[in-house]
Amino acid sequence: MEISLNGKKTDIDEGLSLIELIEQKGLEPERIVVEYNHQVLSKEHWDKTILKEGDNLEVLRFVGGG
Amino acid sequence: MYDKLVIGGREINSRLLVGTGKFPSNSIIPDVIMGSGAQIVTVALRRIDFDSEDENMLNYIPQNCILLPNTSGARNAEEAVRIARLARASGCGNLIKIEVISDNKYLLPDNQETIKATDILSKEGFVVLPYMSPDLMAAKRLVDAGAAAVMPLGAPIGTNKGLKTREMIKILINEIELPIIVDAGLGKPSEACEAMELGAAAVLVNTAIATAKDPVAMAEAFALAVKAGRKAFLSGTGAVKEYAEASSPLTGFLA
Repeated sequence: MEISLNGKKTDIDEGLSLIELIEQKGLEPERIVVEYNHQVLSKEHWDKTILKEGDNLEVLRFVGGG
Repeated sequence: MYDKLVIGGREINSRLLVGTGKFPSNSIIPDVIMGSGAQIVTVALRRIDFDSEDENMLNYIPQNCILLPNTSGARNAEEAVRIARLARASGCGNLIKIEVISDNKYLLPDNQETIKATDILSKEGFVVLPYMSPDLMAAKRLVDAGAAAVMPLGAPIGTNKGLKTREMIKILINEIELPIIVDAGLGKPSEACEAMELGAAAVLVNTAIATAKDPVAMAEAFALAVKAGRKAFLSGTGAVKEYAEASSPLTGFLA
C-alpha cells in the first residue's frame, strides 16, 4: 500500500506500525519527531499506530542551525 | 558579583549562545561548544532524507547543553507554530527560537508574523525567543505576546557585517525589560563585545565561528569578548567628550 513519506509516495507493507517503519528505515526513535496526518504524534503512540493507505507522514530530525 | 542571565525563569551560565549550522564538519562541534562555554545551543528541524546517509546533530551536542530549536523554514506564524510543536515533541524541552522569514535575499524576519507566533506559543507554555528586526513597537508587542527575551538582528543572517543596527538595539536595551539577545550578523569578537558593552544580555553567534579558519579558537575568542563586554557594561563606561582632557594635573609643571 502507498503512503506519503516526507512528501514522497512510498510503498510499505500492510499492517505495519509506525515504530516498525521507523526501525525498517534504520532510525533511532529517540532522535526524531513525527507528524502523522498533520498532527504531532508523541512517541508513546508510535507502536499503537498502524499505518493505513494514504497516510501522510513527516519524519524530521535536528540539523545544524543558528 | 551576582550576574546571571535568566531566561524563562532559568539561570543560564553563559551569555554567548552558539549555532550549529555551516560547520565544515559536525565532528568539531563538541570542541566548538566547549570552547565557547555556551550553555544554549541552537539547532534546526528538517525532513529526513531517506535516500542519503545523514547524521543526527544531537549526537554532537554535549548532554549538559540546553537545546534551542529554531523555526527556520517557516514563512508565516502558522508554519512557525507547527515547527515549534514538532520540536517540543522531540523531548528537548520547551525553548523555541521563532524565526519567520519570507524574504530570501536578506533573510529579514517578518515581525508581524513573529508576534502572532509568539502569542500562540507562549500560551502553550513555550519559552519563546523571537528573532526580529530591531523595532521598538514590535519589541513591545513581543513583550505583550509573552516572549521570554527579544532577539534583534545585528545585520542580516550570515553576513558577518557586525552591529549595523546599533542605534536601534540601544533603544531596545533602554526600553525593553526583557533580555535583549543580539542575534545574527555579528562577524567578529569585537562586535560581540560592542553589543555587550551597550547592555545586551547575550549574543547568539553561528556563522562567524563556523566559517572561521579555526572555529574552536574563534569560539574561545567570542567567549572572551562577551565576558569583556559584559564586565565593561557593568563597570559603567566613562563619558565621551569633544575635547581633550589631560590625565595628569595641569599644575606643578617644571618652570
